[in-house]
Amino acid sequence: MPLSVEIEFSGGAELLFNKIKKHKIELPDKMGVANTWTIRDLIGWIKENLLCERPELFVQGESVRPGILVMINNIDWDLVGGLDYVINNNDTILFISTLHGG
Amino acid sequence: MAALAESKVLEREEIGRYGRQLILPEWGVQGQLKMKSASVLIVGAGGLGCPAAQYLAAAGIGHLGVVDYDSVEVSNLHRQILHTEGRVGVTKVSSAQESIQSLNSKVKVTPHHLVLNSTNALNIIKDYDVILDASDNVATRYLLNDSCVLLKKPLVSGSALRFEGQLTVYNYKGGPCYRCLFPCPPPPHCVTNCSEGGVVGVVPGVIGSLQALEAMKIITDIGDSMISKLLLFDGFSGTFRHIKLRERNPECSICGDDPIIKELIDYEQFCGSKPNDKERQKELLTENQRISCADYKALLDEGVPHLLLDVREPVEYDICHLPHSHNIPLSQLQKSKDILSLLNTPLSDDNKRVFVICRRGNDSQVAVHLLEESVSNLQLSVSDIKGGLTEWSHSIDKNFPLY
Ligand SMILES: [Zn+2]
Repeated sequence: MPLSVEIEFSGGAELLFNKIKKHKIELPDKMGVANTWTIRDLIGWIKENLLCERPELFVQGESVRPGILVMINNIDWDLVGGLDYVINNNDTILFISTLHGG
Repeated sequence: MAALAESKVLEREEIGRYGRQLILPEWGVQGQLKMKSASVLIVGAGGLGCPAAQYLAAAGIGHLGVVDYDSVEVSNLHRQILHTEGRVGVTKVSSAQESIQSLNSKVKVTPHHLVLNSTNALNIIKDYDVILDASDNVATRYLLNDSCVLLKKPLVSGSALRFEGQLTVYNYKGGPCYRCLFPCPPPPHCVTNCSEGGVVGVVPGVIGSLQALEAMKIITDIGDSMISKLLLFDGFSGTFRHIKLRERNPECSICGDDPIIKELIDYEQFCGSKPNDKERQKELLTENQRISCADYKALLDEGVPHLLLDVREPVEYDICHLPHSHNIPLSQLQKSKDILSLLNTPLSDDNKRVFVICRRGNDSQVAVHLLEESVSNLQLSVSDIKGGLTEWSHSIDKNFPLY
């Protein structure tokens, strides 16, 4: 079963995704490996499939760049396993670029 | 600086003035007395700091300190609502002081006209009960965080850009600090400030007002503080959203159980950027790939055939542009697989000179790089106009609008 996931971007991160803040996506079944999607996998998938420009403003290594917070169903990813969190059907995953202006 | 004398009773005129909040059972006389003997330091007298100062003064804060190194500019007035047309050019701290005193003459105001840094921060911050981060840059945010951790002060942090704002409280009642959330600073080229990104004035207005409210709740010790919580305000979609943040990190480099950082560090070096919201000037090109506004003007007057490419976004091009320029945004150049066909229309066989201009002369350099890579076989000469339209307005045509 593919997973349906809602991906959201805020704080300007959406500018790298054609200025679209909400994306409903389907993560396909994985073949031959454990059929689970972690946030680590998702970040790689976003980089390949969703990111429109300048990947260095979003990813760094296998994670997001410093200054981006990841929220899973409105909870800090740090509280639920970070990169290793296993995504469930209908999860909402929010990437917030922190603001510094005033 | 001596602490404010603890007030035991409210005077008759105070009862009249603060009556509407006094009758709130959560607030009451005790809350008002706490406000009267409390001090708040607002770092940044800009879009966030102005409304925060205004509401704190109106609510009867005892002492307000305001830190800002800058002076009032016309382009501040749409959001920095303590400043006025008549005070353009005046320091922001004295402009803010004047407005605050005319709103509430009982508030003691201390202006700190300086750049807050590792040398002076602790000495200033130690005299205040609550600190408001209303600054506009990453280096100051780390400096304030570390100072507040070292001095055990709550830090009410706000930020705003475009249509969005963020608010949280750090280092209070065992909650996390800024470094617990952001152990590493963002790469400097990922940080957008208000003068580049734009901001709708109401958005810092909303966040700054909420910072005042959070400070008042801390002072009077009522309600739920925004500890381990992040408020996201999206003015465009009209939504407020609460995010549950992590707890304090016992391994945090400053607020952890065994901190590595025991005194303030060099924050410019740590963040790779200076503590201001002014433009950074890039130097990506060599001198022979660049031309000054004056030299370009001379070519123009001679009637030398060329193409002038303006690489700003259309929304900015619409605000103002040179009449003979052609608009292809840098973002389009960066995405395009075939830059040549973009140029085909404006470029004719007999003009092989291209000049690139933008707002301040940074994006134009990036564009020159891109063009040289993709059209090298065309024997085009491509140059960037130094300092962009800003410099054009300063040195060639004073009537050309700046924004
Ligand atoms: Zn910490």
